[in-house]
Amino acid sequence: MNMNDILTIVLVLIGAPILGCLASGIDRRITARLQGRVGPPILQPYYDVKKLLSKDNMIVNPSQNFYVIVYLVFIILSLLMLVFKQDFLMIIFVYTVASLALIVGGMSTGSPYARVGSSREIMAILSYEPVLILYALAIYLLTGTFKLTAVLDASSPLLIYTPLIFIAMIVVLNIKFKKSPFDYSTSHHGHQELVKGMTTEYGGPGFATIEIAHFYEYVFLTGLIFLFWASTPIIGVLIGILVYLLIIVIDNITARVYWQWMLKLSWSVLLIISIVNIAYLYYSQAKLV
Amino acid sequence: MSLAKSPWIIHVNVNSCNGCDIEVVACLTPLYDAERFGVLNIGTPKQADIMVVTGSVNYKSVNVLKNIYNQIPDPKVVLAVGACASTGGIFHDCYNVIGGVDQVIPVDAYVPGCCPRPEAILDGVVAALSILEEKKKGNIKGKEVKLKGNEVPSNA
Ligand code: SF4
Repeated sequence: MNMNDILTIVLVLIGAPILGCLASGIDRRITARLQGRVGPPILQPYYDVKKLLSKDNMIVNPSQNFYVIVYLVFIILSLLMLVFKQDFLMIIFVYTVASLALIVGGMSTGSPYARVGSSREIMAILSYEPVLILYALAIYLLTGTFKLTAVLDASSPLLIYTPLIFIAMIVVLNIKFKKSPFDYSTSHHGHQELVKGMTTEYGGPGFATIEIAHFYEYVFLTGLIFLFWASTPIIGVLIGILVYLLIIVIDNITARVYWQWMLKLSWSVLLIISIVNIAYLYYSQAKLV
Repeated sequence: MSLAKSPWIIHVNVNSCNGCDIEVVACLTPLYDAERFGVLNIGTPKQADIMVVTGSVNYKSVNVLKNIYNQIPDPKVVLAVGACASTGGIFHDCYNVIGGVDQVIPVDAYVPGCCPRPEAILDGVVAALSILEEKKKGNIKGKEVKLKGNEVPSNA
């Protein structure tokens, strides 16, 4: 570990939440404008977190605090692994641990709302995880390794070979951001679903930690989209931003669906288009150069 | 200043005629847009700062009110919206009505009117903000209100 790596870590630890906070603020602003309102200031998520940190921490049981810390740490870990071009399969597993921590945290509170929210989140994981694994498989078929170095050092973009997986990933991001139509495990802004879903029993600093983890998560998930055009970073970032804006628009024009619908959508349409993409890669023997 | 920039409210209806509720909800519509002040109508008391109560308290709802009040983390303020929540209003001498919200829990600000206009409610929320800041500075905790079945409060 040299000086450069440490600098990168510090940069990610400080930069990512700032970016995520701005992204979340822009999201609220755009949502308000689409609804014909003025909307809060761009820095509103920052004010929210600052306020939540200054409140009392009211908890049902002490293990709740442990689970939010696990959630935060593993999100940061998966982001750092992405930045350091680690094994993509490993990144997915570390990221899943983070999601599981939030689920177990919700379950541990015993509140019926949190429990139903957590069960729904399990369904969400069930529906997006296969697509993520197929994404990893596509990277393996194209480069012969799960290491992201091969993707990031290649001179041609991933998107040319995996357009169908890209479409599937947009929906996966929609599920992971917990945006409408898939915001049934917990919801954003003033929306209420099952009171507040998984996070019903969190207040004050505990909830602030979840919000900060969300900021990191925003950057991490946009990073997954960035990988599709990592050969020219500018285009990669642009695609990431465009997908984020698209998700905000989808959030505003769709209504919430049942979790059954989401499961059917992802296990039929998303899985099939991903498998078609994988089959194409397998038979054409295409290689990322 | 952090509290004043993002007040999250929880709306509690204890036996309101629904007139006040509609006006509270109207604050969130595009016309009044309370979110430009950072106001969010949050569902769970654990994340709320301002408790907006509408309607007069009766023997069925008194325990729900106390329970929700106890679940809001400090610092917190209570805003009584409407004549009913402030004094009991036109229902004050009903056989099942205890009276205004201040008979049961400490109230920090009142919004008069039957029903109050959304501007008045927003005004009340803004007035509550400075009280919230003061409470934070002075480290004033809301007093624990004991639950005692469906008994009549002694001061009612
Ligand atoms: S104050 Fe008027 S509008 Fe409000 S709950 Fe009472 S009677 Fe209804």
